[in-house]
Amino acid sequence: MHIHYLDPYKAGESVVHWTDARVKLVLGLGFIVVASFVPVGAWALYFLLFVIVFALEITSDVGVGYYLKRSSIALPFILAALPLLFTIPGPDLFGFTIGTWELSVRVAGVERFISIALKSWISIQIAILITATTPFPEILTAMRSLKVPRLLVAVFGLMWRYLFVFADETIRLLRARAARSGATGNQDLRTGGDLIWRAKTTGGLAGNLFIRSLDRGERIYLAMLSRGYDGEIRSLPHPRLGTMGWIVLVFGVVLLGLVFFLSVLASS
Amino acid sequence: MLLSVEYMHIPDGFLSIFVSFVAWIISIAMVAYAIHRVGKELGERQVPMMGVLAAAIFAGQMLNFAVAGGTSGHLMGSALAAILMGPWAAILIMTSVVSIQALIFQDGGLIVLGANIFNMAVLGVAVAYMVYRSGLKILGNTRRGILVSGFSAAWISIFIAALSVGLQLALSGTSPVRLAIPAMAGVHALIGIGEGLITVGALVFLMSVRPGVIHSGEPRMAGDRFVMIVGFVLAVLLVIAAPLASTKPDGLEWVAMQGGFISQAGEPLYQIIPDYLLPGVANESIATIAAGLLGVVIMLGLAFGFVYSRRMRHISGR
Repeated sequence: MHIHYLDPYKAGESVVHWTDARVKLVLGLGFIVVASFVPVGAWALYFLLFVIVFALEITSDVGVGYYLKRSSIALPFILAALPLLFTIPGPDLFGFTIGTWELSVRVAGVERFISIALKSWISIQIAILITATTPFPEILTAMRSLKVPRLLVAVFGLMWRYLFVFADETIRLLRARAARSGATGNQDLRTGGDLIWRAKTTGGLAGNLFIRSLDRGERIYLAMLSRGYDGEIRSLPHPRLGTMGWIVLVFGVVLLGLVFFLSVLASS
Repeated sequence: MLLSVEYMHIPDGFLSIFVSFVAWIISIAMVAYAIHRVGKELGERQVPMMGVLAAAIFAGQMLNFAVAGGTSGHLMGSALAAILMGPWAAILIMTSVVSIQALIFQDGGLIVLGANIFNMAVLGVAVAYMVYRSGLKILGNTRRGILVSGFSAAWISIFIAALSVGLQLALSGTSPVRLAIPAMAGVHALIGIGEGLITVGALVFLMSVRPGVIHSGEPRMAGDRFVMIVGFVLAVLLVIAAPLASTKPDGLEWVAMQGGFISQAGEPLYQIIPDYLLPGVANESIATIAAGLLGVVIMLGLAFGFVYSRRMRHISGR
């Protein structure tokens, strides 16, 4: 089994796919920034943000279900904001008791909690949209033209290239471990060692992976050298942004500006 | 990575703009210096080595072992990278790992990426390095010394990073101080043990297979002492500040309020817009109505556009 399913890119022919990666990245980041300025409880604005994301998702032709499924990754983190329901001062919504604890849910707390949840859910969908419709090498090029240090982008690129190789290697290590570890439904038979032994074995796999990566890094370096690598990362000049790119960019910036203006309005 | 139970990768929406911004500034400065230092040490080897090691750490985070009741321990890797590669390379490696996780897998947000880099790649690495080096100095460069220091370094890298996450959440007003910090500290004190055990396992393996690797992270230049000092100061600050903040939350909540105000575009902006743009209608209702209208327009525009492009595709026979 190979790990290529990890790659979140979904090939397609939609307008979202065609749009220049630079435009997508700038507007996506701008969207998340603007989203974080939306005040607590401005439900109409959250609805608007959601409509924008949802519209793009439908246009991208990847399938809304894909976005819904992937966006659940940030779900567990919402636990961190759950206590806000009880701690923000304000009028009670309802109260209940667990054992000796008397808890009362406050209106202000509920508003704040839902706002945070919506904000993070909408933001993550924009990020998913970008990666689902843009091949990673294009995101790298976009990052470079947005002045992320060349060297860092080169490291990201190389890492991306070998991610799947090492993920495959890790799967092989884990499969080998599973093959050597017997398991039984019989509760009386102890299988595997104790916790510390299991952890140490796993650590051995990590050390193994480290050595393999050191060696592979050296081989890759030599291979690069023999192909003329001299420490300089060269790339083609960035193509100019086409008319379509400019239109999308200007339209997006205006829309984001409008949302920002509305959120300032709503909080004044 | 895929099944992370630890609360380390903060998603977008959980930190205020103010906290994200400050974290970005610190992270950018540290990463820029790390690029410079690693370039000096590794030269042209920098790109392939850092890239491959980052890929390996990323994959290494898939390694897990069963703990109890369906939970499992797994590796974050900041400490292991710091011990084996030295602080600067480790900062670069972990920055790459955290960035790719956010960029491609949405494990952690984009605007809060600066904060995630700070917690895992800067703080985690600096503190782990400080503890590991000090441990070796106290216990001696023996097998026991290396393993004990390695375990402590790994444990504390998780613990301190978790404290920092808790503090950032509290500062952003997304989690109450009294709960965020003790909860983060408590959970990660346990998760840190798993990290420590895996790190020790890796060190044991490396000592028997390739002992030379263990010593390649040793300090070479004056700057490495600097990391230790920074790591020490940050660790002490967090360990003192966190309990203080959770027992006396007023101070932190005050800061959170200030941060919250700044994040909402600051006071001056409010004055630009009069309370009533339209006479007799509160601005909040205008915003609501405008947002609703805009939403409807976008939805309609989308629907028409989508139908139109479908039809075009149908005509062109694709």
